[in-house]
Amino acid sequence: MKKIVISIFIFCPFAVLAQTNIKPSIERGKTLYETYCLTCHQDDGGGVPKLNPPLIKTSYVSGDKKKLIKWVLQGTTDKIAIDGKFYSNNMAPQDNLKDDEIADVLTYIRNSFGNKGSAVTPAEVKTVRATIK
Amino acid sequence: MKKTLLFSFITVFTLLSRANFNTDTSKYKAETSVIKADADNAGLILPGGFGALKVATGLGEARHITVTLQGDIYVKLSNVYKGKTIYYLHDNNSDGRAEVQTGFGNYTGTGIAVKNGYLYASSDEEVFRYKLNAGNKVINPEKPEKIITGLLSRHQHESKSIALDNEGNIYVNIGAYSNSCQEKDRSKGSMGIMPCPILDSAGGIWKFKADKLNQTYGDGTRYATGLRNVVGLDWNNTTNSLFVMQHGRDGLHDLFPDLYDTKQSAELPAECMYELKQGVNCGWPYIYYDHIQRKKIINPEYGGDGKKTTTENIIDPVAAFPGHMAPNGLLFYTGNMFPEKYKNGAFIAFHGSWNRSPEPQKGYFVAFVPFKDGKPSGDWEIFADNFAGGEAFVSPSKAKHRPCGLAQGPDGSLYISDDSGGTIYRIIYTGK
Repeated sequence: MKKIVISIFIFCPFAVLAQTNIKPSIERGKTLYETYCLTCHQDDGGGVPKLNPPLIKTSYVSGDKKKLIKWVLQGTTDKIAIDGKFYSNNMAPQDNLKDDEIADVLTYIRNSFGNKGSAVTPAEVKTVRATIK
Repeated sequence: MKKTLLFSFITVFTLLSRANFNTDTSKYKAETSVIKADADNAGLILPGGFGALKVATGLGEARHITVTLQGDIYVKLSNVYKGKTIYYLHDNNSDGRAEVQTGFGNYTGTGIAVKNGYLYASSDEEVFRYKLNAGNKVINPEKPEKIITGLLSRHQHESKSIALDNEGNIYVNIGAYSNSCQEKDRSKGSMGIMPCPILDSAGGIWKFKADKLNQTYGDGTRYATGLRNVVGLDWNNTTNSLFVMQHGRDGLHDLFPDLYDTKQSAELPAECMYELKQGVNCGWPYIYYDHIQRKKIINPEYGGDGKKTTTENIIDPVAAFPGHMAPNGLLFYTGNMFPEKYKNGAFIAFHGSWNRSPEPQKGYFVAFVPFKDGKPSGDWEIFADNFAGGEAFVSPSKAKHRPCGLAQGPDGSLYISDDSGGTIYRIIYTGK
């Protein structure tokens, strides 16, 4: 019992800290989204039918973070189905953005438009970026 | 007995005659019955005296349409609806609704046209044709002839719109698989490739024979170049020439924020109407048309600054519209139903913008440009509006309907296809 109580005391502050820490990242991510992403993916994350994929509850946004980071860094000119649908426009590579900027914007989209996901950290972006350089 | 038999014959004959008479009368009535507009004009906002009805709904991505002399409709779909991708629509009881909907074909695409006893339809790589019977019905829906094959389709600007002239030629749009021929497509600061390598096999209109099988690039002619992407096009029988609507480039602000603010980027470049003669150059990717300065401006990817004009031999548009409205359908109206001002004028279906943010989106309507002696004779105006759904509409994914294709019926009705809600609209004039 003591152990459990101690565990709660130890882990709870971290959990709260993690939750509060995500907000500034989301705020910064929103500004970045408006500059680099909004034109294609739209204000509501709804995308454009047949042209630009939506960011609302898609496996690409809410799924594997590494895959998402890679997608944003590399972009694509390939014809790839996203949740069974094809989109005509190319995704421009965003590798000119810094690790913390990519982390912020992905944390924002993973927690907007009805999405609920864990934060993306600059360290995670850095790791993925190292694999594709 | 003989008398009885004779009487019976007479009775039967009289009954049959009456039956025939009755059938003929009802048929006559049906043919002359007036098609009525829907009480709410199918949700559209139209000029006074016009009405609209829904001929069909729920077809999916209804791209281009054509209407036969019999008033039947062929629709090309860019999705698969009930296993098929072309639909023949027929109104069985002359109420204006297509009760008969017969699907055929297994390739998605955009282009469709009827000419000289054939139905032509395109996928994103090929053009097919189907022989029609005297009633303009496809004789063998499962065995079309492939007339053009192997056209480039790299999933951007992939649709192959078609138009036919009166001399046995078919014109096909091959859109550029790029926004502005940058080294890295749609990447900030990436400059344009000089010369643009896309133009040898895309970014223009190609001309082929309408009756020759299995043609590809080597059999065709690059009829006009420097066109980023054309979806709406029509052969104008008054001028005997091809008119096209170009989709202008995207992202002037996103790609070159130091040269263009968001307001300029929303408005520029113009969506242009061109009249094409063989061999002309419309300038993509090197220039764009600025309808405010009324100048051909060098694109920033090629050293432009928003002001520098070109000295190259590039044609001017015959009409220019605000940016990004996406003209997907063009039709020169030759019918007798609409008032005189519409005769020989151009209807344009603007699919609607997505890249005017943070400015409001624009388009999602059918516009009209009056013509006289083969040239625009006045400003463009909105003809049919409210496809997207009024004030509730805020972003492209929320648009209820998006106008895409246009066709004229034998009675002069205007037909509009919608590739978002799959509705086929018919516009009629009932005013005096």
